[in-house]
Amino acid sequence: MSTTFLTPTVSSTTMRPQPAANVAQPAVEGLDPAYIQIKDFSFSYGHSKVLHNLNLDIPERQVTAFIGPSGCGKSTLLRNLNRMNDLVDGVHHEGDILVAGHSIYDPLIEVIALRKRIGMVFQKSNPFPKSIYENVVYSLRVAGRNRKAELDEVVERSLRGAALWNEVKDRLHESAFGLSGGQMQRLCIARAIANRPEILLMDEPCSALDPIATAKVEELIHELKKEFTIVIVTHNMQQAARVSDRTAFFYLGKLIEYAQTDRIFQNPANSQTEAYVSGRFG
Amino acid sequence: MHKNDFLSSDIKPSGEGMVWITSMGLAVGLTMIVFLLGMIVYNGLEVFWPKSVVRLELKEGSTAGLRNAPAFAGEIVKTQTKAVQSLGADGGSLLRQREYQLFVGNKDVYGFGYKFIDNAEIVGESRPSEIVVAERLEYGNAIFIPKQFTLADGSVVGADDPAFTATFDRQVEEGNERRAEIRRIERDQIGAINRQLDAIRLGRRAIENKGGELSVSDRQELSDFDATVATLQAEYEILAAKARGLRELQGANKIVYTTVDGAERTLSSGDLIDYYYPNRLSFFDKVGVFVHRFWGFLSTEPREANTEGGIFPAIFGTFVMTLLMSVAVTPFGVLAAIYLREYARQGPFVRAVRVAVNNLAGVPSIVFGVFGLGFFVYFVGGNIDRLFYSLSLPTPTFGTGGVLWASLTLALMTVPVVIVATEEALAAVSRGSREGSLACGASKWQTIQRIVLPASLPGILTGLILAMARGAGEVAPLMLVGVVKLAPTLPLDGIYPFFHLERKFMHLGFHIYDLGFQSPDSEAAKPMVFATTFLLILLVVCLNLGAIMIRNHLRKKYKTSTF
Repeated sequence: MSTTFLTPTVSSTTMRPQPAANVAQPAVEGLDPAYIQIKDFSFSYGHSKVLHNLNLDIPERQVTAFIGPSGCGKSTLLRNLNRMNDLVDGVHHEGDILVAGHSIYDPLIEVIALRKRIGMVFQKSNPFPKSIYENVVYSLRVAGRNRKAELDEVVERSLRGAALWNEVKDRLHESAFGLSGGQMQRLCIARAIANRPEILLMDEPCSALDPIATAKVEELIHELKKEFTIVIVTHNMQQAARVSDRTAFFYLGKLIEYAQTDRIFQNPANSQTEAYVSGRFG
Repeated sequence: MHKNDFLSSDIKPSGEGMVWITSMGLAVGLTMIVFLLGMIVYNGLEVFWPKSVVRLELKEGSTAGLRNAPAFAGEIVKTQTKAVQSLGADGGSLLRQREYQLFVGNKDVYGFGYKFIDNAEIVGESRPSEIVVAERLEYGNAIFIPKQFTLADGSVVGADDPAFTATFDRQVEEGNERRAEIRRIERDQIGAINRQLDAIRLGRRAIENKGGELSVSDRQELSDFDATVATLQAEYEILAAKARGLRELQGANKIVYTTVDGAERTLSSGDLIDYYYPNRLSFFDKVGVFVHRFWGFLSTEPREANTEGGIFPAIFGTFVMTLLMSVAVTPFGVLAAIYLREYARQGPFVRAVRVAVNNLAGVPSIVFGVFGLGFFVYFVGGNIDRLFYSLSLPTPTFGTGGVLWASLTLALMTVPVVIVATEEALAAVSRGSREGSLACGASKWQTIQRIVLPASLPGILTGLILAMARGAGEVAPLMLVGVVKLAPTLPLDGIYPFFHLERKFMHLGFHIYDLGFQSPDSEAAKPMVFATTFLLILLVVCLNLGAIMIRNHLRKKYKTSTF
């Protein structure tokens, strides 16, 4: 994969948060508009098919939101992007998912290596029963990187990246369970970005947070997309409108509409989309 | 609406009936536990409390006493009433009669240690202060009135001599010191010589087993052996003579005493272990005697077919066996549970395995004993002997019961407990933590090792606690795989290689059985049964407390939270 993802972009003008009017943002120059390609992808748990022939391209270093009513398959699709669904017994898929042109189902790809390049933040914050420090460096430790200087640097950079550094810098070696709910979720974000992945998957990261903590995480997402390609699943349509560049609307395992976020919310092409975003069902 | 209408019957408080039934269940259980524990603790500790000795005066011409004497003495153990049919004119009505059970000691004089006596036979009782209770090497305790010490130099110290108590103390102390010295010579020094002789015997056999013509070096070695044996023999003679001399000294000084019923006896002061004047003791003296006797019970070896002395080897054996069992069962059970829960594909086969494991926990323990005997002792131990200890055959080394095989048998017996507990602990680790770890690029094993196992350690320890409690209290299988009534050596001592896993050992549970049901004198063994039971429970409680403390520490360290 290209190394350009690892260096932050200099032109931040297009990236500045623009909460008021979500103007259309074209794919950034020089970046891959189809970084993640989902091709004819179907997925089933046992005999029940939950995703039907999905096709969508996710652009590099933008925020793509998946929305839709409960059970529409948006989380399932997200969890397929880092093959987290492999853990479930009796699943199988058809079609393919490509990241930077490579199939993630290629038997030559080690799923552990794949997950090192695709970080994930869960709906329920899940810090490990360890210190804050050890939580952040976990992905480095399991990769066998134990050099103290490197770890220290990663901890500071990641916690700053997750806007948590100032709050916890004096108690890095205390248990992560001493943090508040919002801090825990930001710690999980720090943990997910510690290993410099290229993609960050977020599965309803704010669903259990209060409005202030939610605002902080959203602000963070705006910052993070300078470096990461972000895919976020959310139930909260205002949140999708606030943070994402592109939005995909799913219903009953099918992709109904996928476009620039402001088009989805202001001028949806599909009547179901319109009904959903205007709150008439879902 | 009227007030009365509102308070119609259907909204009146009805109470919560089940609370009574459930609390009764708990109360019954608690009562039984408290009663059982209380009985064991009371009876177990009461053994060591010095009781006063009562001199009973019998009515004129009574033959109910000892040796037809008009009086005798003993410690009152029990008072009870019995019903007797009267022989009077009223045609055999039932009379209630009190009777006492006394510990009279002096088994060498009477042939028994306990005696019942009817209250009707007694005309007077007193507690003479000159009565002595003495612990001695044979025939249990003696209860007597001392007369004099006849010392080796021919001098006599009478009981009314002011120096008598000091002499008594010194004689007991010297006797104990000499006994320790004899033991040191015979067990440690002569034991070391015997071990060297044994090694030479094996070395010689190894050379002889080669067969054919002996090489020069072999012949040289054989003559070296002969020379060493000669030196060792000489050393042995010296030590044996020293021990003989000490033994003679043990019999040189004698105490002369009369029992309360008038029999005169002489006892070598080397046979005395301890003594006290039961009727002279203040409360604090009694506490001192209590502590002294309790400590003696904990720290010394049994005597006289286990009915006297202490139970140190049994405590130590139980402790070592339980620890070895824990060391064996934990990795085995935890690994099996990890495979079952984390790696195996959940399906009918895994479910069948799980059912089988649970059923294994219900197999009678004696079956495990038989399996341990057949598999560990005869098969594994027999093969180890053939491969590594062939020179000492036909005397088995590992091919007979021992602490290692007993521990492994118990480990096998308790492994279902550990598997079930570990599986439950693993299942309780949240999916979120696992996925978080995997999403960080950790492999399955890294996730288990770094996240799942630490979080489930408290649960695993709970399983281990249950396993230890079950293992430490088990008797039946141990009888087949290595427990003995009296083991001359401990499984762990200062002689290289320190851990002697092939040795037979003593065990508190078996000791209780042995004392209670195999003892020649069940009355004499009864207090020991209670005391031993008390200690077994104490040991299990201590082991469990240790494990619980570790568990609480871990819980604090790895407490999992979901928000």
